[in-house]
Amino acid sequence: MSEPDPAADASASTEGGPSLDGRLQSFVGLSTGPTHRAPDPVNLPMIRHWIEAMGDRNPVYVDEEAARAAGFAGIIAPPTMLQAWIMRGLRTSQEADEARARGVETPGSPNDQLMAVLDEAGFTSVVATNCDQHYERPLVPGDRLEATSTIDAVSGEKKTGLGVGHFITTRLEFTDQDDQVVATMLFRILKFRPRPPAGSREAAAAPGTQSTLQAPPAERPKRPRPALTQDNSFFFEGARQHKLLIQRCAECGTLRHPPRPSCANCRSFDWDTVTASGRGTIYSYVVNHYPQVPAFDYPLVVALVELEEGTRLVANVSGITPDTVAIGTAVQVGFEAFDDVLTLPVFRPVVASAASGDASGETRKS
Amino acid sequence: MSDARHSFTGNTAIVGIGATEFSKESGRSELRLAVEAVDLALRDAGIEPGEVDGMVTFSSDTNPEIEIARSLGMGELTFFSRIHYGGGAGCATIQQAAMAVQSGVADVVVCYRAFNERSGNRFGAGVQNRPPAPNAETANFAWYAPFGLLTPAQWVAMAAQRYLHVTGATSEDLGRVAVADRKHAATNPKAWFYEKPITLEEHQASRWIVEPLHLLDCCQETDGGQALVVTSLERARDLPGTPVVIEAAAQGAGPGQEMMTSYYYDDLCGLGEMASVARQLWQTSGLSPADIQTAVLYDHFTPYVLYQLEELGFCGKGEAKDFVKDGNIELGGGLPINTHGGQLGEAYLHGMNGIAEGVRQVRGSSVNQVPDVHHALVTAGTGVPTSGLILGVDR
Repeated sequence: MSEPDPAADASASTEGGPSLDGRLQSFVGLSTGPTHRAPDPVNLPMIRHWIEAMGDRNPVYVDEEAARAAGFAGIIAPPTMLQAWIMRGLRTSQEADEARARGVETPGSPNDQLMAVLDEAGFTSVVATNCDQHYERPLVPGDRLEATSTIDAVSGEKKTGLGVGHFITTRLEFTDQDDQVVATMLFRILKFRPRPPAGSREAAAAPGTQSTLQAPPAERPKRPRPALTQDNSFFFEGARQHKLLIQRCAECGTLRHPPRPSCANCRSFDWDTVTASGRGTIYSYVVNHYPQVPAFDYPLVVALVELEEGTRLVANVSGITPDTVAIGTAVQVGFEAFDDVLTLPVFRPVVASAASGDASGETRKS
Repeated sequence: MSDARHSFTGNTAIVGIGATEFSKESGRSELRLAVEAVDLALRDAGIEPGEVDGMVTFSSDTNPEIEIARSLGMGELTFFSRIHYGGGAGCATIQQAAMAVQSGVADVVVCYRAFNERSGNRFGAGVQNRPPAPNAETANFAWYAPFGLLTPAQWVAMAAQRYLHVTGATSEDLGRVAVADRKHAATNPKAWFYEKPITLEEHQASRWIVEPLHLLDCCQETDGGQALVVTSLERARDLPGTPVVIEAAAQGAGPGQEMMTSYYYDDLCGLGEMASVARQLWQTSGLSPADIQTAVLYDHFTPYVLYQLEELGFCGKGEAKDFVKDGNIELGGGLPINTHGGQLGEAYLHGMNGIAEGVRQVRGSSVNQVPDVHHALVTAGTGVPTSGLILGVDR
């Protein structure tokens, strides 16, 4: 069987073998490995450690009387502690990792094989995404648990904020000393192809392209262009000349932004512009986290600035962080050329001296 | 404008509702979703496709009326109309249908909306790929997209930040809307988040999408279709089902109205479009907020639910943060809202699934039925020119 080509489209068949999706789906329903047996029965000391670490003050986990008052027969284990009872411990995990690092071959479980298939296809990173637990009954001291796990689902290729990848859902079934099911758990991870940092050479190569090494040095993706009409292009032309222009009715002098063909005040179609002082205050703002578009850095502060002339406009603010941005902050305009054609106003907080009356119009240097 | 009475109020009715399942990947064409929804709505109404002579949808819908007509064997159409401004069109589809019926232009009008909004073109992905062909609508994005303000969540968040600042409402107050929606979805088997309620703590812990909005302040994205059938009340009384009377229907755009970015007029703490709709709904129906037993308030993002409670007069300006406390907007509260789970909990069907829930509440057939519903209020998309409805029982 041929090796899968990591650069190939993950959904396409590799020559001489089944498609990646076909191989992934063949794992669904398989056991992930041997049964997990709890090394110790459910016990009060471990419950104490857990609630201490979690800061959970619910008395039903440690106080018999409180537990009975709440309708239980006695103390119960915190439900979300479920998986803790079957954890194999740090040393066992480390030994397995070290053995793998030394190249010691162990018979791979279906789970190991599934991970290997995804690693080969370039989905080398992993992150746990979510976990659903369903409880049949509360666990009580003395319960001895076992858990079997099966591969419940493998998704098709998904685009995520972290990169392209496949979600893998594992289903664990917990049974007690009487072989009764006490809980089930769905645990989902994302195996993904790590996204190179924005602006890097790798980032320029679209997913599925054959070569990253020969690609020319990537330019940063451009910001979205404004659609320019006869009504609004003056503003962007002004920005290129480092002027913040406001449309003004030539008849009655009313300022307006965003620009319009005519004055709502006097119905005149004649207009000119005035150059704003560039001073204003943050009237409102947002901090963008998702989705992340490659042209921008995140978290991205976008503000609605009220100019001292009275109009408002949306623009970015630099020299400010998501923690320091605030409504009412005094700002002063500057300009930044983002590419050959697009220059935009970018506001900065006014330094203290300027805020206290120095109307020099200088922007803060940082 | 004349608000005394709209001639269709009290004389027209919704007689059928139908929807596909709500999913993240329908696996079918948008047209097929639309046809399935219309087919189900007509079966629900007990009306044959050949009797349909009018159709209304959103201008953003991709499914032409004639495609649906051919698919279901409808005959001649005498009325077809499309409404603009995204989710603001929802309740206006019913209004236009009612106007057509009342004026005699059509007898039976189907309103529909269907899309693969999750598996196909996702609105939440933003407008960064919008080709800047210069016209008044694309030029509007010139004031936002180059600065990275690209998505509906971001556009709403800008107003919401100011609202929180001015009114003293907090992210937790927004969260109470999400908790109520998800509580209702948890008991609605058609809801995507069936049996998945959330706590306020989970709302607070969910990641930022755009501050001040957490993930759980944002509606889901959905594949699906929803249709409704409108005819005269007289005809409705001869049909097998319970007529749901259109007691008021209105469209509204506010002063200084922009498309999701009305940032330049007033204080960012109101919705001019909903103020217009509210005034018309109350004046033309003769009802007041106290007459409403349950409401479906458009919930693409939680903040505008608070705004709507204020604009509709369910509470005073700046008081929504108190109104939503203590389960008041949940089943059993003073005004249960979004009993289907809303667009956060059931499905994002551009608000059309909310009209269907209003119909079920008046029929008495909701899975989360509010007792003794005489009048249910439904709104359409906010932040854009919008619409609203009051539905009531036939007396």
